Amino acid sequence: MEGENEVKLHGMWASTYSKRVELALKVKGIPYEYIEEDLRNKSPLLLQYNPVYKKVPVLVHNGKPIAESYIILEYIDETWQNGPRLLPQDPYQRAQIRFWASFIQQQLFGSFYKLISSNGEEQEKAVEEVFEKMNVLEKGMKELLPEGVPEVDGNNSGVLDILVTATFGPYKAHEEVFGLKVLDPEKYPLLFSWVQKLNEIPLVKGVLPPHDKLVALLQFMKQNGLKPSS
Amino acid sequence: MAEVKLHGALPSPFVYRVIWALKLKGVPYEFVSEDLSNKSALLLKYNPVHKKIPVLVHGGKPVCESMVILEYIEETWPQNPSLMPNNPYDRAQARFWIKFAEDKGVAVWKMFRSTGQELQNTMKEALEMLQTVEEHGLGEKKFFNGDNIGLVDLAFGSIVYWLQVIEDAVGVKLFESHKFPRLHAWLENFKQVPIIEENLPNQDEMLVVFKRRREQLVASA
Repeated sequence: MEGENEVKLHGMWASTYSKRVELALKVKGIPYEYIEEDLRNKSPLLLQYNPVYKKVPVLVHNGKPIAESYIILEYIDETWQNGPRLLPQDPYQRAQIRFWASFIQQQLFGSFYKLISSNGEEQEKAVEEVFEKMNVLEKGMKELLPEGVPEVDGNNSGVLDILVTATFGPYKAHEEVFGLKVLDPEKYPLLFSWVQKLNEIPLVKGVLPPHDKLVALLQFMKQNGLKPSS
Repeated sequence: MAEVKLHGALPSPFVYRVIWALKLKGVPYEFVSEDLSNKSALLLKYNPVHKKIPVLVHGGKPVCESMVILEYIEETWPQNPSLMPNNPYDRAQARFWIKFAEDKGVAVWKMFRSTGQELQNTMKEALEMLQTVEEHGLGEKKFFNGDNIGLVDLAFGSIVYWLQVIEDAVGVKLFESHKFPRLHAWLENFKQVPIIEENLPNQDEMLVVFKRRREQLVASA
């Protein structure tokens, strides 16, 4: 029925946060309309839907907006209960996933940001910090997945798969532009092999930003001292 | 029922969030007091990533990060009172404000530790946070969770109640009632909820401790 399950996503093609939501919608098989936002000229609708942060992504379900990518993922999981579950039912497992989602967001992304917006000695410190956080994440994922990364495909991906894909999937573009190997297979074998598996999934290939286009954008931003902000 | 322990140190606002949630749900627990200058081996084992309190240990399994703990409590003990809305959309809105409290609330703690220009900056951040919540967060509701308190109220309760003490210790005034009428009314209602009223640290006593710590911070700045 028209209007009964109208889903729109305001996003940006290179935004890792936006990609999280696209991946979730595709994994769940939810049809949606995608609206590409020009972040230098945000639509009035976006500003109306997300007055607090004025950022993408925003999911609009039957006219009602939800902002903040991780929150959107949980909303999607709770609202569309057919198909693969993005989060486990067990409260303890959910708590662990939320802990790591928060770590990726606050700690890891925090240090990525410092890395790309600093120079000289400050940047060297930032590099160390990134490697430290990656170490913590690798260890954490090893404990969370004692039997290693399960075989994933588009049908059984969960929230952590989505977060890892959106964050690290385009790692080759990041390496090319920033000249730094963050996703080092020797330092972080579990994360590296996880990303390789995820990047093979057709659904993922269809969602992640095209390599050359992303490299061009990141180069442009780097040269102009622009910082990522959704 | 599996044993519940809460590792914490008073008067941490993050620990109080968990105390309030456990007491509201009527969950019996043992409080394990941590000396933050000499953290126990157990704490470091339970929270190797952040090495911080609070940590909730349920049946020997640790949960870290106060708001993650709060959602865990709500999901593990779903009985009344319900601390989150019962439909996905309103839950998403609640989580939005929980995240906002986490991301922007830090300004209040940073304020306490900063001087000079940095103090001006953190004060501005704290004010902006209050203004956003005043304008967008509460609406006409009595509590963030509606007629009864919920996790969002606990999140902001710990920020705003502690802000009042921090303001005094630093010697600034941000949370003025004429600027934030909704939040002021909300705070009064929050403090009058019986479980909260019975479990609020005394602000005068806190001020003595905070003032002393502030003096030390300023002296070494």
